[in-house]
This record gives sequence, C-alpha cells and structure tokens, in this order.
Amino acid sequence: MAAAQPNRLPRGGRIDRSRPLKFSLDGKSYTGFAGDTLASALIANGVLLVGRSFKLRRPRGIVGSGAEEPNAIMQVGEGAGAQPNLPATRVELRHGLVAHTTRGWPSVRFDIGAISDSFGRILGAGFYYKTFMYPRFLWKYYERAIRLSTGFGHAPAAPDPDVYEHRNAHCDVLVAGGGPAGLVAALAAARSGARVILADDGNEFGGSLLSCAEQVDGAPAADWVAGVVAELRGLPDCTLLPRGTVLGYHDHDFLTVAERCDVGEAADRQDHARPGETAERLWRIRAKRVILAQGGFERSLAFCNNDRPGVMLASAVSTYINRFAALPGRRAVVFTNNDSAYRTALDLAGARAAVEAIVDSRPGSGGELAARAQAQGIPVLHGRVVCDVTGKKRVRGVRIAEWGGDSWETIKSTIYIDCDLLAVSGGWSPAVHLHAQAGGSLDWDETRLCFLPAQARQSHDSAGAGNGRQSLDECLADGLRAGAEAVAKLGLAPAAIEAPAANSAGQLPIEALWRVPAERDADRCPKQFIDFQNDATVADIRLAVREGYRNVEHVKRYTALGFGTDQGKLGNINGMAVLADALGKTIPEVGTTTFRPVYTPVRFGTVAGESVGGLYDPVRKTALHEWHEAAGAPMEVVGQWHRPWYFPREGEDLHGAVARECLAVRNSVGAMDASTLGKIDARGPDVVEFLERIYTHNVGRMKVGRCAYGIMLGEDGMVMDDGVMARLGENHFYLTTTTGGAANVLNWLEAWLQTEWPELEVWLTSLTEHYSTIAVAGPNSRVLLEKLGCDIPLDKENFPFLTVRNAKLAGMPVQLFRVSFSGELAFEINIASQFALDMWRMVMEAGREFEIAPYGTETMHVLRAEKGFIIVGQETDGSVTPVDLGMNWLLSKEKDFLGKRSLARPDCLQEDRKQLVGLLSADRRTVLPEGAQLIEEAVRAGATPVPMCGHVTSSYHSACLGHPVALALVAGGRARKGETLFAVGPEREPIAVEVVSPVFYDPKGERQHV
Amino acid sequence: MNRYSAFSLLRNALSHNRNWRAAWRSPEPKKSYDAIVVGGGGHGLATAYYLAKEHGIRNVAVLEKGWIGGGNTGRNTTIVRSNYLWTEAALLYEKSMQLWEGLSQDLNYNVMFSQRGVYNLGHSLQDMRDIERRVNANRLNGIDAEVVSAAELGKAIPCLNVSPAARYPVLGASLQRRGGVARHDAVAWGFARAADALGVDIIEQCAVTGIDVSGGKAVGIQTTRGPIASDRIGVVVAGNAGVLAQMADLRLPIESHPLQAFVSEPIKPVLDTVVMSGAVHGYISQSDKGELVIGAGIDAYNGYGQRGSFPVIEHAMQAIVELFPVFSRVRMLRVWGGIVDVAPDACPILSKTPVAGLYFNCGWGTGGFKATPGSGWVFAHTMAHDEAHELNAPFSLERFSTGALVDEHGAAAVAH
Amino acid sequence: MLLIECPWCGPRAETEFSYGGEAGIVRPLDPDALSDEEWADYLFYRANPRGAHRELWNHAHGCRRWFGVERDTVSYRIAGSFRLGPAGSETGKGANTERDD
Repeated sequence: MAAAQPNRLPRGGRIDRSRPLKFSLDGKSYTGFAGDTLASALIANGVLLVGRSFKLRRPRGIVGSGAEEPNAIMQVGEGAGAQPNLPATRVELRHGLVAHTTRGWPSVRFDIGAISDSFGRILGAGFYYKTFMYPRFLWKYYERAIRLSTGFGHAPAAPDPDVYEHRNAHCDVLVAGGGPAGLVAALAAARSGARVILADDGNEFGGSLLSCAEQVDGAPAADWVAGVVAELRGLPDCTLLPRGTVLGYHDHDFLTVAERCDVGEAADRQDHARPGETAERLWRIRAKRVILAQGGFERSLAFCNNDRPGVMLASAVSTYINRFAALPGRRAVVFTNNDSAYRTALDLAGARAAVEAIVDSRPGSGGELAARAQAQGIPVLHGRVVCDVTGKKRVRGVRIAEWGGDSWETIKSTIYIDCDLLAVSGGWSPAVHLHAQAGGSLDWDETRLCFLPAQARQSHDSAGAGNGRQSLDECLADGLRAGAEAVAKLGLAPAAIEAPAANSAGQLPIEALWRVPAERDADRCPKQFIDFQNDATVADIRLAVREGYRNVEHVKRYTALGFGTDQGKLGNINGMAVLADALGKTIPEVGTTTFRPVYTPVRFGTVAGESVGGLYDPVRKTALHEWHEAAGAPMEVVGQWHRPWYFPREGEDLHGAVARECLAVRNSVGAMDASTLGKIDARGPDVVEFLERIYTHNVGRMKVGRCAYGIMLGEDGMVMDDGVMARLGENHFYLTTTTGGAANVLNWLEAWLQTEWPELEVWLTSLTEHYSTIAVAGPNSRVLLEKLGCDIPLDKENFPFLTVRNAKLAGMPVQLFRVSFSGELAFEINIASQFALDMWRMVMEAGREFEIAPYGTETMHVLRAEKGFIIVGQETDGSVTPVDLGMNWLLSKEKDFLGKRSLARPDCLQEDRKQLVGLLSADRRTVLPEGAQLIEEAVRAGATPVPMCGHVTSSYHSACLGHPVALALVAGGRARKGETLFAVGPEREPIAVEVVSPVFYDPKGERQHV
Repeated sequence: MNRYSAFSLLRNALSHNRNWRAAWRSPEPKKSYDAIVVGGGGHGLATAYYLAKEHGIRNVAVLEKGWIGGGNTGRNTTIVRSNYLWTEAALLYEKSMQLWEGLSQDLNYNVMFSQRGVYNLGHSLQDMRDIERRVNANRLNGIDAEVVSAAELGKAIPCLNVSPAARYPVLGASLQRRGGVARHDAVAWGFARAADALGVDIIEQCAVTGIDVSGGKAVGIQTTRGPIASDRIGVVVAGNAGVLAQMADLRLPIESHPLQAFVSEPIKPVLDTVVMSGAVHGYISQSDKGELVIGAGIDAYNGYGQRGSFPVIEHAMQAIVELFPVFSRVRMLRVWGGIVDVAPDACPILSKTPVAGLYFNCGWGTGGFKATPGSGWVFAHTMAHDEAHELNAPFSLERFSTGALVDEHGAAAVAH
Repeated sequence: MLLIECPWCGPRAETEFSYGGEAGIVRPLDPDALSDEEWADYLFYRANPRGAHRELWNHAHGCRRWFGVERDTVSYRIAGSFRLGPAGSETGKGANTERDD
C-alpha cells in the first residue's frame, strides 16, 4: 500500500497504517490511512495542485493544514449527501470518500480560464465596477457569464438526508481549544470542581502538540496529552467535545459550538450520518467563565508568485510531516522572518528531505534553533529574502536576494535555488476571533508583531498562543494561569497543580517583514498575493488606496480581501500591513476589520437544528380533527391551526361542496367546528371596569347571562380583534377572540392589567384548548338540540338570542350560547374537549334526519359575508377603524376605551376614508376576484397611475341568493350606494360593480332571533 | 473624473494601473456650505448627488463620522423592488426603481443592478388575497407585478419546496420581474464619485456633535473637525437619527432595532432570483460571487449594537431550510447586523422639521437600500425647495399626529 | 442571546421572554384633553436612547409576568430587573406614581 503513497514517510505520524482507506479525487483512486485528513492523504500521494483562484484562475496548491486553507476547497461526497466547499485540510479521511476539486474547466490541471491570468493587469481590484455598463441591456449577459465562473461546490440536488440537533448547556468554564494552554486550563478548572466544557476543533485533543517534536514533562507531547485527556474524561463534571468548533461568542456569555457527530469508525462512515443518528449538534452554551485558547494562525509573506503550488506555510509542512507522516516536498527551502520555521527545517531534515537553505530575513547569527539547524548541515542565509518563485503548477525554484530592510525598494536577486517546496513563515497571529466577537479590544504588540487580546468585555480570558505566547513553555504556563484565574473568579478553591515543563528552545524576536521587494516596483512586478482565494494582491491594495479607498473596510470591500471562505485567517494581517505602508500609517492605526461569527463555516442544517420539516412549527389540531380527516375535509392553514376547509362529497369540488353546505345551513341545519376561536375566562372584582377600558361598548350594562359582540382597538384606533363576550356572573366574563388573535389578545389584556392597571383585580385564564366549540346553525338547529335532549328550555322566550345558559345536552354538561355568525337561528355548544368528539358525533347522528351538513371555514366565510359580518384580518388590515366598518353603534360615548382618542384625529374623521360596503357585479353573475382594486372609471391600460378608491376584501358566490356577493372597502363608500365602480383584478378587464349595503341576506336580522 | 469603461481599463492597464485617480477627494471641510448632508450612506450621498445634479447646488458637504457606506448601506441584503401596497409608498419606491434602472450609466459606475425578479411567497389563503390586492394595486400604479401559481414557482425555482405537504405550503407568489439585487458598496462609492465630480465635498471621519439653531432656524453644525455653517442641513443617519434629532431638541417616532443577515460560502449558481416569504420568515438571493445572501428578522428589543441574538438567526435558517431543503448542507460563512430605524407604520420619514432649514430622512426600517436613489432624489428636492416633492409629501412627521399613516407592515419584508 | 433575570423565576434565556418596549409610558388619564400632538407623543414617540434603557419584558414562556429591565442598548449589558405592580415596588409601567385610580 505504502508504495502507492510516494510521499508517505516510512514511520511516524498519528495515522493507523493497518487501516488503509481508499478514496478518490476527481475520479482518480488513491489510498490513505485512518487518521489522515483528505489533505494529508493527497500530499502523501503527491497531489498538491487542487484548486484554481477566483479571478485569475491561477493553479493553486494546498497551503495550510487547518481552517486557514484558502485553496483546497472540495466537493465531498455525492448525491444528496454531498457537502460543498470543504477545505481538504478539515476533512477526515474515510473509506470510499469521493472528492472533487471545485474549480477549473475542464479540469483543475488544465483550466481554459487560466487565460485570465494573462489579462491580470486589466482585472485589477474593482475592475468590474468600471466596465460592463454599456450598452445597458448587456449587463444581464455579462452577469450570467460572471456568475458561471464563480462559486466552489454545488448545493446537493436533493434534500438533506442528515438530521441535526440543538443542545443547551450551562457550565462554569468553557474552554475553547484543546491545545497545550486549553488542556492545562481545563485541568486546572476541572480539578478545582468547576463544571467544565472543553471544545476542540480537531478530531483529537492536543492541538499543536499533535504535530510537534517537543516533549512535555519529559515525555513525548502526545503522551502528555493522552494523560490529561484521560484525567478530564474521568471527572464527572467535565464535558469533552472533540470535533467541537466554537463558532460564536455572543452577548451575555452565550456561545455556540458545532459538534460533528457523523464520524464513527472510519471504515464505515458515509457521506451522511446513519439513519437515526445525529450528523451535527449545535451546542448553545451559557458559560460563567470562558477561556479562549484557540491558538494562532501562521501568516504567509507577500512576494512574487507566492501562490505557486508548493509554497506552503511552514507550520503546515511540519504538521504534515509529524502528524501525518506525509512529506510535501523533497527539496525544500524555508523562508522566514522569525524562529518558528526553523523547526520546520529540522522536521524536513528529520524526514530526509533536502533542506537547501533557510532564508531568514533577519540579520545576525541566529539563536539556539539556528544553531541546531546548522548542526544538521542546513545552510542558513541571514539577511536574505525569497523574492520570486519559478514554476507554474509546482514550485521549481526560488530567487533569493539580499534584504536591506525597505519593503518598497526594488531588489536584485543574486541566488537561485532549485526546489519543489517553499515553506514560509511570516510570523503568527493569535486567533483572537472569539475575543473580538465578544466585544473585546485588541492591542498591537510591536515586539511580537501581532494583535493581542486586550480588554475583555464579557467573562472571558485568553490563553496560550491565542494570547500571544510563543513557546510551548509559555503556552502551558499561560493556560495554567488562565485556569487558576477562572477558578478564583468563580469563588472555588483552586486545586494544586504544577505547570508542566517543556523543552522549548529560546526564541529570537520576529522581524517586521510583510512584503518582500521585487526586481520591479510593486505595481509592475509579478503578483504578490495577500488573499489567495480572492486574488487580492499587494498591487490591488495599493490601487485601492490610490483610488481613494483608504479605510480598511473600503479596501477590504474593494479588493475582496478577507472575504474568502477562510475569512481572512491567512491574509488579513498581511493585508493590513501592506495597507498601512501604502497609507504611511502604522498597523494599529489602520486597525482591523470586524471579526464576525462564525469562526469557521457551519452547515445551514446545523444552525436550523431539529425545527425543520414536520417540526418546523407545531400543528394545532382541534379535538374533532380526526373526524374531519376521516370525512375527507381538506385543511386550511390558519396560523398554527389546521381547520377543515370544506367537506366534499363524492365528486364535489370546493364550489359544489360550499354551495351545498351553505344551503343546508340556510334551509335546515349545519354544524361547524369553531374550537379554534380563542377563549378567555375573565373574572375578579374589577373585571367590569377592566373590560370597559378594553372593549368599545358598554360592558357594565350587560346583564348576567347576556352575550354581546365586542371589538377591541389598538391605541391607534384601528380594529385589533373581535369576538363574542358573555357575562357569566356579576364579576365573571367569558371572552372569545379570533383564531389567529387568541394569543395576542391574551397578552394584550395581561400587559394592560399588569403594567398599566395593576390596581385592578382581574384574573385571566386561557380556555382555548380546554373547551371545544360546536356551532349548530340553521332553522332546524333548535329541534336538533331538543332531539339530543337538553335540560333547559331552548325556546325564544326562555333562551333568547344573545344569551348564554349552562345546560346538559345529551347528558353532558355544556355551555350553550345563542349566538350566530351566519345570521340563522344558531347555538354554539361549548364543551370540555375530551367530550367534544362524542358530542359532535351525536349532533351528526341526530342531524341525519335534517340532512345536517358539517361545514368548514369556506362556508362559514360565505355565510358571514352574506350577512356583512367582517373577519378581522380580511376586512381589516390594521388601517381600519370601527367607524370605517360602520360600527359606530358599538362605540360608547359614555366612557373612555383603548383607542378612542385616536378616532378623533383629523385623518380618522375624513369623509373619504375607506368604508365597508357591499358590491354586486353589474351582471350579477361575475364573482369578483378577491383583492381586486376599485377604480372610478374604466380607464384604458397604459395611463398609469390610476387612482384607486378601494378594494374587494371578500367575494363569493351566494348559493342562497343565486348571485355573487362581495364586501369591499371603498373611499367614502357609505355615501356612494348605488354608484357604479369598476373592479380590476388579474384579468385586467375592469368589471362594473354596484355599491350596495354590505348586508345581503336578511337585512333586518330576523332569522337569528326566531 | 476618469471616465470608466472597458477602454479606460485597457489604457490604465498599460500604465500598470498607476494613473487611476481617486474616486472621490478627501478635502478639508470648508467654513460654510450651501447645504450640508449629515450621513455618508447611500441615501446621504445620493442626496448630495441630486442636489448638485438636479438642483445646481454644488457647494455641498457630506459629513460621515466613519467611512462612507459603512452603515446599513454596506450591511443589507441588497434587494431592490417597488411592489408596495399603498400608492404613496409604491410611487416613491417606483421612482427609485426607475432611477436604479439607469443608475450605472448615470453614475458611470457599475452598481451591478441585476433585475432578476423578486418573488414574495404566499402560504395561506389570506396571504394570497393580500398578494392579489397588492399586485392589482401595483399594476394600476404602473408597477410591473404578476401573480404566480405554486406550479409555476416550482418550474421557475427548482430548488424551492412547493410540496403541498410542507408545514406551510407555498400557495403562490407575487413576482416583480424588474426587481432584483445590486452591489451595495458600489452604490455608495458610485454616488460618492459622481457627487465629488460635481463639486461635492465628501468628508469622512467627521462626526457631528451639535446642530446650531438660532431663532428657530438651522444655522450650522458642530463637528469633530470644527464648526461648519449652513442654513440647509439634511440629516440622513439611519441608526442614529434619534441621536441627531436630540441635538436639535427634536423627537422622532422611531425605534432602533438590530437586524441581522448572513451569507453562505460561495457555491455554484443555484438560485437566479430573489425569494421572500413573510409567513415563513426569510428572504434569500444568491450574489454574483455565489454566496447565498439571507436576511433574518428584526430583534424585538431596541439596540444599537449592530448585532442581534442568535435565535433570530436560527429561525431564519429554519425558514430557509424549510423553503429550500437542498440548502441544508450549504454552510453559513458570516453573520452580521445593522441598526434599523423603525417607524410606527413601517414607512420612512422624509420631512421638514419644526426647525427651519433642518430636514430629516429616516425610519426606513428594512426598506432603505432599495430606496437609495429615490430617497436621495426626493430629499434633494425637499432640501432645495424647502418643500416636499409630491412623492414624499405623504411621509411627513405630521402624519403621526393627524393619523394619516401609510401602513406598509404587510408589504415590508420583515414583520416589525 | 440575552440572559434576563425574571424577578420571580430567576435568570432565563431571552427566548422565554417577549419584549414590551420602553417602560414608564403612562397612559394619559384624560386622553380627550390632549391635543393631537400630545396624543401622538404618547402613541408613537419613544426615547430610543443610545445607552441606558428602562424597558418592559414579559416572561411569556414562564410565569407570564411583566417586569422591568434596565439594559444598555449599545453594550446590551443588563444592570438589573425590577418588579412592577403594587405599592412598595415601582408601580405601573415602571414609574407611575401620579395615578389616582
């Protein structure tokens, strides 16, 4: 197997050579090992060219080993389980993994688009703002072409087979990052009895310790890690989240962690999680203290052709060698401005690669690490820089020049070295992302040349490399400090713990080198990349500055610097340094751009969690739902409720069923499930006073046992809700609300009661779910109820319209209301929900001889429209007053009520406000389209804008009247009865309509009183 | 001003792009101006541009406390449409739409206005009634609009879930074909460059600290770069309108809330239009770079923090996955927030104030970006003539006393 | 996500609460006596400060009680919660001491 992996080192690494894993890239098969990432396996197989840049389509190779990777962006998996845009550096290898590169056509190696590179000068920063404007109509074609060239992976074509979940957690200390500092910090906190959550981005804890050659407490670093992790695992209040990326640090110490769960045994993993298993889990954590120990990101340096495949971060080279036993190149040059890359040179030498030179920009003789390198026979070139790279699809060599310390002078190269790998270190930037997200400030450290976390704004502290510590010794000690301080802040007794000791070499300071001068000036030299993915170069930043885009945010937006999938982890600081130079400012004067969540990209599905599909929003069903379903009623979605829309018989459509249902109610009897109406029990010594302030009518005049139609207004005078209220006792009312308004109304009443009128003693209880309501309507409704057996007289004298009685119906206790939303003799039966289905069945059974029709929302709408009754939300839209609706009779003159004052504002007194009217189509045949606009003259098309004087709110064919009816809001409508207007609907041909009274049926209202 | 064109790109490439001139100067503020626009967002810059272009008032300063376009201009989801319900709002947004349609050419700056259509989905019978009503009204107002069935939607937007089995099935939609998206930063930069070319001074890093009022008239302002005199001051500072109003002892019926948005990583083209849903709350488009750009809801609480609460993002994501199940595996890259100034009727205030010579343009809620050119155009008129243009006359401060509100809650994408 | 202290239930996640806007907006006792402008002031005009804000929250998915919170609208830091209601604590919408009913 190893033979098939030409760059696999014979020994070492945290890979399991006994478990080879087959995978493919772009259809070509390769073999890696368990423990590999896709990137390390590719490197082991000698594959480095994996991408193309965004604009210039330059060939690009793997640069990093983690979240900073800008080039190796893959489509992983196939079909519904495919995952777009994964950096190969973060994909754990699994058996049968299918990956595709995402850029380049026809292939990543031979990309026709690469011709763009030849026009690189034209395609400078912001070029698209300067062209594609003329002629105007062509833009959409330009745009189409531009779009085709953008993007990385594809969204899968089928819905996601994976499931996700959210989990809430609280802890005393959340440690973000399980490298040296994080592990020590977690240990210090956990040993002291704190509830600890330790989350680490990687598949195993240890961070940099997994890929370093150093020792801790005299043992290999990885052994020390294993010991600490074992101890933490044994502590009851310590939760370990490997593969848990801390994504966001939000207000009030709320953090989100994405945990990747779909990673069982490597051999049987698939593109997606197994059925029943969670693919990813989003932890929503509230922490008392947070220790941020996410380490740092190594920077690259800007020099000509620094993007050629084979130019890699020095730390990534070390990681591939030490952790994965994969050797990225055989003839290497190391280029650095600091000490850390010397370790890479030693690692390379240890892996038997030829290290041709260490090119160190710093003058002088070097420190301890340089001595070690020289001892290994590695030439160290001090005071020199790599100024250019040759080779296109792979580094072939580097040009080296003497460095005089001025980034903007031109320079002459004097040495050329053949190599296939250039390991670069431009220094380290602490991962301050979460600290900054939390609102913490940053300070520029002129010695270490990086932004360090300064003032915290929430309960967080930074530790280790993320706090600017450079050597392993320092990181371990800083982690211990942070852990102990967190323990102290929590008021816990600190446990004794000794700082682990490492054998860190002494370090010399970094040099302020960001951009390497070239043989030609910055605008003419070969491209020096800052942001690899977006092709933002040194010249682009300088151009932006010349063009007046001088603020860092402008530069970022103009050049797209930092907008890639790595969010600037690799290039942002270098970009700021180049910008600072161009502006003649210092880096801290230029400042950073805002660090925004999320730290690394996260699947939409993970953020959405469980609440998708059937769980997107709860479905509310009435107690009678199963009967409706069995009866074949289609459902209307009303808020969260499912309500039966109509009850079709064999062969009936909506219109046929509704006509039949309407006629049944008008001529005999029908029954409707009205259970979704909001029901509120209101009682207490001050209930009358309270309701007087809420409702517009005189509540106090209602006698016990009476019902009344009531409306409530917002304080702006607009109709908010309506319903029937009943006075059940001296200080006891029963209120109903609209289906959609139930929760709002209860909240509204409670708010007034608690915040404005706390002196009123009133108690409100929602009964919406407890009681079901069966409306029995039609001339035969009374005989039907009598047939069921009722213990009270139901005749007109004893039980008149708009009254309520407690009764036993069919032996069951009910509340009977004589109210009607159809204009017919009607009863509403309020019954405890557990008995409702029985009652409904008995009503249906008893009604059979009257040919009772169950009816749904549509018939209810038609019946009420025939009577001119409004539906809040259909006849009203938040801009309609009760006066507009002709409800002056409901407005008490004797008291104040909510919204009353607003009705006296000038605009509410206008004569030409839209008012509720009825409409009849002139031909008495055409059913007006709902939502049709009303105009005064049938104007021809073209002459816009056409003044509108109203719109159709409801429109139905009335089976009992034999013609269509419609309700509308019409400007000054009440005074326009008899006038002809024109309704304009989707057909555009205006329909002549006559303005009439909104009450079409039984205008005197006699039928409900019988 | 360098004229931008393919030819100029070529010519400048030959000189290694070293001869491009600054898109706008960075002048020192003068002692006085004929007009001052406070706020260097899209609306403020557009106001200055139209003051110079349409009204010949060129001695104008735009004062920006940070960097131009750094507020909501650079933080929105870039949707442009004019399919508003009420005639007052519709005509204002339609004016804006007409300006959008020639804006790249007018400014000689490609703002990438992409008329890829905007769908507003309906999920209930009442939604569909409201859509019909709005579409009919739009047409009578001369605004393109059509009603689209669920089946047609399924064909036009293959990744949209139009299954009747969905929790809130899509029953249909309105479509405004002329609607679309634009490149937000370019709008600010394009207006800045064009205004600068007409003589407008764009002054960044200049915060206003006081408004000088004498005898009921505005006479100038105090800034961090010294006092500047002018008797014509327009304030266009979304997110800070209340703070500026206080400086002139004015109050505004506005509350400021966080509004968040997020983008995915760039993926290959998958959505070539704009989809908005009020009921299943979410709106989405795909940028030319390939990112899915998604707007979340407004946080309920008042906030100036330019960040909101995470559950709002979760809800928006649930809505998007509900509407587009195939996006579930796409990854969210970046979340950000802005401050929206919300007026009680979800409509802007473009108004004179009790202080003569002081004008306010604010309260755009979630509708600001699409209105950018139109807002600047009418506000420039208002400042130039000391009187509202008929298009913005309905959007005065008086309406809150008279009750003549223009209630656009139904048409605003975000329910506030 | 904010962490809000319900005076009755203790600290809870923001998602348990609903927001009620500025505290201390007292409904005028005699609306008819107000000018349109004064009424509009009550209806629509809020302090909307950049900084400390006294506001109402309702523990909607909890005890359902309304209470007051002092929160900074820029930092979102909460200084504390306070009860509304009967004598001895702050009454009404946070600061209602003038009422006579």
